[in-house]
Amino acid sequence: MSAAFRGMDVVSIRDFSREQVEHVLKLAEKMVPIAKGEERSVLLEGHVLGSLFYEPSTRTRLSFDAAMTRLGGRVLGFDQPTGASVAKGETLADTIRMIDAYSDVIVLRHPQEGAARLAAHFANRPVINAGDGAGQHPTQTMLDLFTIRKEKKKIEGNNVVIVGDLKYGRTVHSLSEALAMFGANLTFVAPPSLQIPKEHLKQIESMGHKPKMSTSLAEVVKDADVLYVTRIQKERFPDPAEYQKVAGTYRIDLDLLKEVRKDLIIMHPLPRVGEIASEVDSTPHAKYFEQAFNGVPVRMAILGLVLGGLK
Amino acid sequence: MKEFKVTPIRNGTVIDHINVGMALKVLKIVGVKEDVSSTVSVLIHVPSKKAGWKDIVKIEDRELDPKELDRIALISPNATINIIRDYNVAEKFVVEVPNVIRGIMKCANPGCITNKDEPVEAEFVVESKKPITLRCVYCDRITTDIAENIQ
Ligand SMILES: Nc1ncnc2c1ncn2[C@@H]1O[C@H](COP(=O)(O)OP(=O)(O)O)[C@@H](O)[C@H]1O
Ligand SMILES: [Mg+2]
Ligand SMILES: [Zn+2]
Repeated sequence: MSAAFRGMDVVSIRDFSREQVEHVLKLAEKMVPIAKGEERSVLLEGHVLGSLFYEPSTRTRLSFDAAMTRLGGRVLGFDQPTGASVAKGETLADTIRMIDAYSDVIVLRHPQEGAARLAAHFANRPVINAGDGAGQHPTQTMLDLFTIRKEKKKIEGNNVVIVGDLKYGRTVHSLSEALAMFGANLTFVAPPSLQIPKEHLKQIESMGHKPKMSTSLAEVVKDADVLYVTRIQKERFPDPAEYQKVAGTYRIDLDLLKEVRKDLIIMHPLPRVGEIASEVDSTPHAKYFEQAFNGVPVRMAILGLVLGGLK
Repeated sequence: MKEFKVTPIRNGTVIDHINVGMALKVLKIVGVKEDVSSTVSVLIHVPSKKAGWKDIVKIEDRELDPKELDRIALISPNATINIIRDYNVAEKFVVEVPNVIRGIMKCANPGCITNKDEPVEAEFVVESKKPITLRCVYCDRITTDIAENIQ
């Protein structure tokens, strides 16, 4: 297993087998005490992470920084593309060639789809995709899987309800494919204009699963083990009144949670803007802050594996 | 004596069984512009013995290179290439859809990195040959509208 990971690019969750993902999740579990600062590690001492964020990000960038630093490594890079050469219109390929020479592993967030694959093409060092436009964000998928496994002991057999913008939301597509691969039962809840694209539905069905589709959250939430909430963006609606209506319909509050399973967990990739009322935060269902923390041990495991520090 | 709707050519290429409506795309692919030195005939919407209608393009004094053949295969997978030498069909073959497509088509996704000013050629994996379905190696987007994106 370790030989397969060393030097590997992490561009798309589709590049990973179920066994490989399970291996990452298992190692991530071991990283938790280090991620919490309860234990010290020098696993990646002397290693440098080149961190290129062409788009703003809080959680993803900081959790990669935290992961690398907690393992004794260092981080260089930028968190907005105002750096001289990038602003002057340098190609991504050239910037990648440069950072490739300065670091041992590259993390890239970029607005263009396919940017990470391009970076992997030009870099000799492993490239980790931290989100490419509406494309892939594989470490988010892995931390989502990690969270479900941690809270539910296993992923298989859980009823996972995914609600929100299922059409454009980038986390949803890779997550739902990965959940199908792990044998979870999927239900997609969205207004018709934001339902999951046919292409993704076909992909999921090709794995032998028949997801349920619904427009009513109240109807399906009672049987849910996991409720995964994503943001509905205002920009998707030409009419602000229409947006208000839809956003209101899918808002998670205590009222909606009256008849849910006792051990339902609620997840959200964050940031949230009103999809989950703050009154939900103090319920035992709320797991989105744990989920955000889980980004650190999962990214530690991935960094350790691709740099060869972990087996 | 064969009956021709256009003057027979001595040497050249006849691209037959072009999907109806695609003849002008074929002309673009083989680079026929105002300044060609020899005759090019185009037959649009002619009855086909095989099925329905077809287009035909006949180019004098010219044979096609492999990249041109790949492009034609993508927009018209049933096209037949007839190489004419001394008025006769010297060679005849059906074009073949290649397994990997590189540099002959752009990605249909405007947000794809290959549509920016980067030093890479768009590249596709052929997911299915019937109907032709291509997946961008970079952004994963599926393209079925080949004719729109061929370069
Ligand atoms: N000398 C020529 N000049 C122009 N077109 C020709 C010539 N010879 C054959 N063709 C055309 O090339 C195609 C293939 O010719 P042929 O093999 O004889 O017929 P088919 O494929 O219909 O059985 C036909 O469209 C025919 O009209
Ligand atoms: Mg590489
Ligand atoms: Zn593309």
